[in-house]
Amino acid sequence: MKTILITVIALCSSLTPMMAKQPSVGQALPSLSKLLPGANVPKTKGKVVLVDFWASWCGPCKASFPCFTRLHNKYASKGLVIIAIGVDEDVKKYNAFAAKNKAPFLLAHDGAHKAAAFFNPPTMPSSYLVDRKGVIRHIHKGFKGKKTEALYEKEIIALLGK
Amino acid sequence: MTYKTMIKSFLFLSCSLLLIGLNSCSQHLVRVKPYERGNLANPLMSADTDPLQKPMSEHVYFSREGSFGGGGVGGGGCGCN
Repeated sequence: MKTILITVIALCSSLTPMMAKQPSVGQALPSLSKLLPGANVPKTKGKVVLVDFWASWCGPCKASFPCFTRLHNKYASKGLVIIAIGVDEDVKKYNAFAAKNKAPFLLAHDGAHKAAAFFNPPTMPSSYLVDRKGVIRHIHKGFKGKKTEALYEKEIIALLGK
Repeated sequence: MTYKTMIKSFLFLSCSLLLIGLNSCSQHLVRVKPYERGNLANPLMSADTDPLQKPMSEHVYFSREGSFGGGGVGGGGCGCN
C-alpha cells in the first residue's frame, strides 16, 4: 500500500514540472516572425542568433545592453544576429527605454506576451543562444556583468566557428 | 473482502484522488511570470517610497505600540527600553 502511495506521489510531483513547457537546449528555435507579428525580424537562416528577453523595469536588462552592443559590433559581420524582445506591457515605457539605450541590433516589442508565453523565460533577463542550424545551444538566466559577457563571447566564438 | 480491507481500499483511493486533484489544481493557480512583474517592480509598490515618511511612520508606530516593544522586540512594557 505504501509503495503504491509513494509511486502516486512521485508521479504527481514529476508531472507538475513537465506540464510547464518551455524551450530547452537541443530544441529548434521557433519562427520568430510568427511570435512577433509586428516586428521586422531579420533572416536568421545559417546565422548564430541571440534572442534576449528584457523589460524597462529590469535593472540587469539595462546593464546587459552595452554588452550586447559590444557583441553586435564585434561579431555581426561574422554572422551573429541579436534580437532583443521587450516584454513591457506599456508601449510608452518600451519606447522610452529603446530611445534611451540606442541599440544597433533589432529590438522587438512583445506587449501581448506571445513570444514570452512561448519561451516562458525563467527570469529577467533570459537569453537563448542558437547555432547556425537553428538549434538552441545555450540558455542564460540573468545577467552577471563581465562574467556573463565573457561566457557569451566564448559561446558565440564557438558557435560561429562551427 | 473484509470490512478492514474495504476501509483500507477506500482510504487509499480517497488519498490518491485527493493527491491527483490537488496536483491538477496547482496548475490553475495564478502565478505571476517573471516577464509579468512590471507592476510589481514599480517603485510605487515599495514599502518605503518616501524617505521622510518612513522614519516618521516608524516613530509614530513605536510611540503607539511602545508597550509591546514597538516595531522591534526590545522591551515589553516595563519602561526599561
